[in-house]
Amino acid sequence: MKLKYLIPFLIFVALVALFAYAFRLDPREVPSPLVGKPAPAFALPRVDAPGTLAGPADLRGQPWLLNVWATWCVACREEHAMLVRLAREEGVPIVGLNYKEIRGDAELDASRLSPQEEREAALLRARTWLAQHGDPYRFSVLDLDGRVAIDYGVYGVPETFLIDAEGVIRYKHVGPIDEQAWREVLQPKWAALAGAKR
Amino acid sequence: MRRGEKRESGVGGLVRGIAAVVAACCFGFAWAAEEPPKAQPVGDPAIEARALKLGHELRCLVCQNQSIAESNAELAHDLMNQVREQLAAGKSEEEVRAYLVARYGDFVLYQPPLKASTVALWAGPFVLALAGVLALWRVLRRRSREEMPALSAEEAAHAQALLRGEGKEERS
Repeated sequence: MKLKYLIPFLIFVALVALFAYAFRLDPREVPSPLVGKPAPAFALPRVDAPGTLAGPADLRGQPWLLNVWATWCVACREEHAMLVRLAREEGVPIVGLNYKEIRGDAELDASRLSPQEEREAALLRARTWLAQHGDPYRFSVLDLDGRVAIDYGVYGVPETFLIDAEGVIRYKHVGPIDEQAWREVLQPKWAALAGAKR
Repeated sequence: MRRGEKRESGVGGLVRGIAAVVAACCFGFAWAAEEPPKAQPVGDPAIEARALKLGHELRCLVCQNQSIAESNAELAHDLMNQVREQLAAGKSEEEVRAYLVARYGDFVLYQPPLKASTVALWAGPFVLALAGVLALWRVLRRRSREEMPALSAEEAAHAQALLRGEGKEERS
């Protein structure tokens, strides 16, 4: 008989536990099917030397980060100092994928620009930003129309991919990298990859 | 709007005014929502119709309760343009769907495929409904048993007497 009264209580406790767990999940976070797959190849013009095309193949043989950014992206600005620190102090190779520098900016009307003008404007903005706030990138490339970002399943900026020495995506971080995200999530994964290489 | 035509003043005029403002707002918003500023339909209306149909089955990743055909998010426009381009290039609906799933996962599909990780999602409602029906059936059966306890000989005789109208405890 006692059990009969205990059952609703146990169901209640189980539901509370389930909700407590579920409230900590982020329903907006899209799990990437690309983790464990080779990083999609691309060849895009470099911000510092637009005549040169660069891509993931240039980073073979070492683990690295692919950071999707844009100067109009507020969260990217927040994480920028962190990236600079990672590159300078921890020697993490970071490649920047500049995402729709002009078209993505809600304050600009890119439809009035010719492709050449758009490219020039994007280069100017990206270079100015990096010159002012430090350049954490081995190199940064221009993804003016966001096509390469779609290949990486990017659905917002910033996003950062951890890619191993063989060019396989090991982890995807959505949102800005702050001290805590680096220390608790990314650094251990990074250390495991960097350690395995040596 | 007939009331307006009769030139009623006061409340009628006010109502008409409010109605006009509301209508203007609604139509204004409707136009704003239907005019995609960046997604360009390709020339072929058949392709466009297929793209829209497919677009309605694909979930926008930015505003996740809208399809990419409905959403005004930048990324949704980009993805719709991808859908259009690929359909125009002769790809099938299935190929375009596979292209997006490879990049964004099953998450982009409003109708997730049936596989090990989604079995609970597909079967769950039916399992719960079946469990509910079973529980209800058990409760009803038990109750029908409990409500009909066998009468003792004495009780039966008493009942028979009552039925024959020989009851001692007559009412009123």
